[in-house]
Amino acid sequence: MDLILDIKNLTMNFGGLKALDGVNLHIRQGEIAALIGPNGAGKTTLFNCLTGIYAPSSGDILLYQPGAKPKRLNGLKINTITSLGVARTFQNIRLFGGMTVLENVMIGRHARSKSGILGAIFRPPATRVEEKAIVDKSYAILEYIDLAPYVNELAKNLPYGAQRRLEIARALATEPRLLLLDEPAAGMNPQETRELEGLLVRLQADHELSILLIEHDMKLVMNLARNIFVLDYGEEIARGTPLEIRHNPAVIKAYLGEEADAEIG
Amino acid sequence: MKYAPELKRSATIALWLILLTFPIMVIQVNTIENIVVWRWMNIAGVGTVAFVLSFLWQIYQHRKTESPLPVSAHLPAFQRLLADPKLYRPMLIFIAAFALVFPFTASHYQINIMSTALIYIMLGLGLNIEVGLAGLLDLGYVAFYAVGAYSYALLNYHFGLGFWTLLPAGALLAAFFGILVGFPVLRLRGDYLAIVTLAFAEILRLVLENWNALSFGPSGISNIPRPGLFGIELTLEQSAVYMYFLLIALCLLTIFVIYRLQHSRIGRAWVALREDELACQAMGIDKTRAKLTAFALGATWAGMAGVLFAAKTTFINPASFTFMESAMILAIVVLGGMGSIVGVIIAALAIILLPEYLRVLGDYRMLLFGAALIGMMVFRPRGLITPSSRTYVFQPSEHQERT
Amino acid sequence: MNYFWDLFLGGLTRGSIYALIALGYTMVYGILQLINFAHGEIYMIAAFTALIVASILTMQGLTGFSVLILAGVIAILYAAAYGFTVEKIAYKPLRQASRLSPLISAIGMSIFLQNYVMLAQTSDFLPFPNLLPQSEFLDSISAWIGPSDFIIIVTSSVVMIALSLLLKFTKMGRAMRATAQDREMAMLTGVSVNRIISRTFIIGSALAAIGGLLIASHVGRINFYIGFNAGIKAFTAAVLGGIGSIPGAMLGGLVLGLAESFGTGYISSDYESVFAFTILILILILKPDGILGRSSQQKV
Repeated sequence: MDLILDIKNLTMNFGGLKALDGVNLHIRQGEIAALIGPNGAGKTTLFNCLTGIYAPSSGDILLYQPGAKPKRLNGLKINTITSLGVARTFQNIRLFGGMTVLENVMIGRHARSKSGILGAIFRPPATRVEEKAIVDKSYAILEYIDLAPYVNELAKNLPYGAQRRLEIARALATEPRLLLLDEPAAGMNPQETRELEGLLVRLQADHELSILLIEHDMKLVMNLARNIFVLDYGEEIARGTPLEIRHNPAVIKAYLGEEADAEIG
Repeated sequence: MKYAPELKRSATIALWLILLTFPIMVIQVNTIENIVVWRWMNIAGVGTVAFVLSFLWQIYQHRKTESPLPVSAHLPAFQRLLADPKLYRPMLIFIAAFALVFPFTASHYQINIMSTALIYIMLGLGLNIEVGLAGLLDLGYVAFYAVGAYSYALLNYHFGLGFWTLLPAGALLAAFFGILVGFPVLRLRGDYLAIVTLAFAEILRLVLENWNALSFGPSGISNIPRPGLFGIELTLEQSAVYMYFLLIALCLLTIFVIYRLQHSRIGRAWVALREDELACQAMGIDKTRAKLTAFALGATWAGMAGVLFAAKTTFINPASFTFMESAMILAIVVLGGMGSIVGVIIAALAIILLPEYLRVLGDYRMLLFGAALIGMMVFRPRGLITPSSRTYVFQPSEHQERT
Repeated sequence: MNYFWDLFLGGLTRGSIYALIALGYTMVYGILQLINFAHGEIYMIAAFTALIVASILTMQGLTGFSVLILAGVIAILYAAAYGFTVEKIAYKPLRQASRLSPLISAIGMSIFLQNYVMLAQTSDFLPFPNLLPQSEFLDSISAWIGPSDFIIIVTSSVVMIALSLLLKFTKMGRAMRATAQDREMAMLTGVSVNRIISRTFIIGSALAAIGGLLIASHVGRINFYIGFNAGIKAFTAAVLGGIGSIPGAMLGGLVLGLAESFGTGYISSDYESVFAFTILILILILKPDGILGRSSQQKV
């Protein structure tokens, strides 16, 4: 199967602290993979390196593109990486709170549309067509993600679970090939988590989307991911199928070391 | 008594303020003749004003905690008026009629004041792009205004270029200056950006003040020509009326352009940038470009306003471009309710016209202006008009009708 | 060499004053993220209060050191009271508002206080008596350093050391630093945030008063507008050093003072403030968080 993302020997230093130390990770096209590990293991740092928020200290992040040479993402600007087809959600929700739900998704269309200042002022037919397409496409995404009833609400007034889904909707609007989800189920009740699981399965099937997921809800991870990578103290300590990870002594130790009641599987 | 505790508190506050203002308000020393003047009467004034205001404030606080209104119900009547076409259409017609008739009924002096207010509407709307929409706190907006004004005055003086050539030229030069300033500083965050823009504006002003060979120094440039009208000779009064209508036209143009920008892909990107810079970038928006565009467009309007200002007053000098001017324009944007076009217009009219018509208050004008700024912020921290969010028309897809 | 030394001393003197006023800006900013535009006016009011008190005392026949101490103490107390009151009136009701609202309120307060002093006192420049003490020791070093330069540099150093110790070792200092770090967390651990904010304003205003007193004595005249320029310069100093950072404000003040002194001395005296602002822009372009500012690496 073809790779979409290949991370080789990625290291990220903050001053003297090694937040990531020689991490290797790869995702195949159309696959759901998961990144797990105790708090502070460097999972979000990895996302930040991948999306251009941090410039990695060393190593390679390669994004494979159909019919082109793989693109090295290291040190590219955040928006460039988004345009290349990598989108993400944030662990601590970062919606545009003062904008409506629809507008939040419309912002996501920015990378896939192009009218400029003159277009805005004179509003020629091309701009009007594009603007309508932005609205319609955004609304379609909201319907797909079951947020249509909230369409004109302010994002900050949404219930928590809906905010998490809106983050996903917004990311989808950028038409990603690789979607990075940072703890999408955090703070959700079991019902909402089940719905999220259904949504992600649907997403992967309908859009052939590759998904990398950071998640603490092990049930969700084990149900969804085909491939799991485990980080601890910035180093990869295990990788494999859910079954392999469940019985890996290093993983159990890393989790039990952190908190005794962490459930593996 | 119902308000006993409030009265007691007000008395304490009044006493405190009497003590606080005692040296400044009561004592006046004349060090040359060694005389001290004691103005005891001032105590009564301070005490009364402090007592009444603090009592009213406490009653207000009381009311607010007793019946906390939900935000939506808090919308002032005025804003509901704006939302209903049946109500705002006649109002628009009335305003248009007033604007048309005004110069023929008002005095020369009043026309001039109104023209000044119109210039500030343009300035306010321009700064609104930077601060209100894109969230870039610019404390040196007056620099772009100065660039426009000096472009007109100097290029006219040296090369004899006319108003209509220099109006776009001044705007472009200001935009260019905006990009020049913006490029190095736009990666600075919030308040760092604020102080750097302030610094640039001060540098520009000081250079204009001291570089006599370029700018004629503090004495400024006079005899700047008024805009021409197909070569027709205009009297002073006629040219004031002409200027007034020119400004009305350009204000309408400004409103149109800014409305369009605000409701466009670019405008949305600015608002997103203001809301969350990082998430905005993660949505594929080029932060630097969006900021530079906002900065340059804001500057364009200031440049245009500068040209108009120079043409209107026919005299400019660096004293017109101090930090106070930037503060005034910023006050217009914040008082108007950040991002609201109608709010900015109302605030500009209020801030420029009120002090002018309050000249009867004489020296107390600026004192009251300062107090009014504080009062406005305390009572309406979001400004006069809260920008309402826009609803869009969309096509629900057929297979999703069940929702 | 001698000229260089003179400029250096002049810069140091000027810088110490900037630093004293900058501390008030930086402390308030650290806790409220507010540019307190009225801070410069507090300094101006302190100078006026000192002038009034000193004049009355002199007319009563007092001289020398006792005038300095009495006028100084009263001016500092009054400045502190003004700072406290300004915060209660113009900023406290705006705790929940967006960041720009208190800024406008601060600008309003600045306009108000300027006009208040202008109307109640005068719009002319007033001569300010030199309150700084004379002594044989100061005369003996006057070949090296002017007496008022010496007093200003020593006094502001002592005040700044005292402030640093206060912040480092007292319970109040710790609470203030905690509040600056994370207001909500400080509140959870039982710090009364309102009290801390009040104290910040009181301390900052007192420092500004000391600065105002020293510079007014040094320059010899005051008017209602002196606060504005000094305020902008001091704020620039605070940003230069890294706003929110106490040592940053001190360093920023010195850098700014020296830049102005050398710039006017060696290049052109017309462009005094231009040097200050140019240094600010250059440093911020190279170091976007100021010389000693905390890195702004965002947490995601």
